[in-house]
Amino acid sequence: MKKVNFCVIEGKSAGFYGGIVISTLMILLGLFAAYNMEHHGHIITGMNNQIVWGMPHIFAIFLILAASGVLNVASISSVFRKVFYHPLARLSALLAITLLLGGLSVLVLDLGRPDRIVVAMTSYNFKSIFAWNIVLYNGFLVVCAIYLWFMMERRMQRYYPTVGLIAFIWRLILTTGTGSIFGFLVAREAYHTAVMAPLFIALSLALGLAVFLIVLFIDDCSEKQCSLGEGVLHRPKTLLGVFIGAVFYFVLVYHISHLYFTGRHGVEYFILAGSGIYTVLFWGGYFFLGTILPLLLLYHERFSHSHVSIVAASFLTLLGGFALLYVIIIGGQAYPLEIFPGMEVISSGFFDQAKIHSYIPSGWEIMLGMSGIGISALLTVLALRILPFMPSSLADSEIEEAFRC
Amino acid sequence: MNEEFSPTQNRRDFLKNTAVVAGITVVPGVLLYTGSMAHQPENAVTSDRRWGMLIDTTKCTSGCDACVNACIEEHGLTEEVRAEVKPQWIRKVGLRDKQTGKEHSLPMMCQHCEKPPCVDVCPTGASFKRADGIVLVDRHICIGCRYCMMSCPYKARSFVHETLENQKPHSPRGKGTVEACNLCVYRVDKGLNPACVEACEKDGQKAMLFGDLNDPNSEIHKRLKEIGSTALRADMRLNPGIRYQGL
Repeated sequence: MKKVNFCVIEGKSAGFYGGIVISTLMILLGLFAAYNMEHHGHIITGMNNQIVWGMPHIFAIFLILAASGVLNVASISSVFRKVFYHPLARLSALLAITLLLGGLSVLVLDLGRPDRIVVAMTSYNFKSIFAWNIVLYNGFLVVCAIYLWFMMERRMQRYYPTVGLIAFIWRLILTTGTGSIFGFLVAREAYHTAVMAPLFIALSLALGLAVFLIVLFIDDCSEKQCSLGEGVLHRPKTLLGVFIGAVFYFVLVYHISHLYFTGRHGVEYFILAGSGIYTVLFWGGYFFLGTILPLLLLYHERFSHSHVSIVAASFLTLLGGFALLYVIIIGGQAYPLEIFPGMEVISSGFFDQAKIHSYIPSGWEIMLGMSGIGISALLTVLALRILPFMPSSLADSEIEEAFRC
Repeated sequence: MNEEFSPTQNRRDFLKNTAVVAGITVVPGVLLYTGSMAHQPENAVTSDRRWGMLIDTTKCTSGCDACVNACIEEHGLTEEVRAEVKPQWIRKVGLRDKQTGKEHSLPMMCQHCEKPPCVDVCPTGASFKRADGIVLVDRHICIGCRYCMMSCPYKARSFVHETLENQKPHSPRGKGTVEACNLCVYRVDKGLNPACVEACEKDGQKAMLFGDLNDPNSEIHKRLKEIGSTALRADMRLNPGIRYQGL
């Protein structure tokens, strides 16, 4: 196999400085939002006692899922021994760390008492899936850091497939844990199903690969003449299509099983045919823009050879994933709890009679959520500038030996 | 002045003074701590008791808010904010039977489950159940993640969305933490009824009965033995401590 050279990015282009400025601005806006949310309380947000988790949670879970999924490329390289992906494995592990840090930052800054983060790290209730996730997220950061070190340190190269296997298993457990945050909620009809775990795993694989392809494209084309090879983009694109299909399969299983349970017809009708924002986001956002259109771009003869259509398909996958998370997280809370089966609620001092709980995300929440993307982007750009994570060229000719394997 | 310098004397004085200062500083704290920890055995919270409530929906009337007002007064839940973020420890709910059309009115609050989902999901253990069945939130270690609110089948918990003023010393609250009915635990520990029960007795319809579910001689135990009570969402098998009659 031809030896692949890694290098740091030059860091002189307008794209580099532009990226730093924009991501720093996003972070500052997010910190300003977090300060205001802590100073005035969550009263300034759109979240309330009915819609408990809002826009920051969608951003955080989106980034956490993408972090787990972006490790795909490294896993394929070290666990499934596809050496074609080997030159890209470093970037894959780096993105896993930076995306997770971005997602966790949003989650922590949205807490009612973010100053008590030390309590969350020292006082554990091990029956809580949330507590397990704290361990899983921190562990994932450590495992990925070791994975990166072993990949980059010549003396440790022989151990790196083992760490790769541990990272692969770890992230499957991590995403199972993230899905189970909702799957274990016995009270809410839209959640409480074991299929949440594999659905979140499939979603993480799709989101992660989409992020990876976009980063690859941006990184390569912002620094120099676009040398991104056909093979480098086209091999993973087929995989992206498979992942999009897998997400759709689990979404189908989720809804068909719910439609089978008579008691859950109400929530299904609300999501699939209720003509509200959740129905629009499900069919228009997730199904059409996030599933049908990217599959068309990836597999239709007319589009599938173009770089632009692959990147567009990746963006649409992210858009669809975000819409799906919005429907799951907000839609699941907007549909009221059934506290009194067999009874119609005619009056209540706490919105028990509401047909649907309303939620309008505030600007503060969106600013905080976007700062997670800013944190991930800034950390990635700085890391690429400091350490050699990128192959010196992404042209097929440069890594053709590896490509042949 | 020609005082002779003696290192031994100085060291002895220094040690003596240090011991006195340390004693004055530490001893009161130790005594206070020991005193505060000294529970009388008969006052200790044990699982021999299980506090609960029986609400007679045939007596409770839709126009009466005595229990809700008493709770607001007792715990200082007086902040003027929009309804969606206003804390509700207890609320009145009006129901109509879908089959028969019969209407009911009842107070709804934390059901103090035997197996509370809020306690299961809390990452830090801030949500906890006392040995006598009262479910509480430790505001010192609540991080404000709101997972307990997501998990509660009764929507019994509220998040403090705003800065609080004029708090009641006996019922401390905190911005950014979650709260719910605590059955007026400090009153119960003194042998009193919760404020809502007292108000219902005095100004309401005498629809709320509080007591020890485990004590065969308590009125609540006898009544529950006689009548058919309803546990809300009994299908979840959480065994709530709050039961309803006539529902």
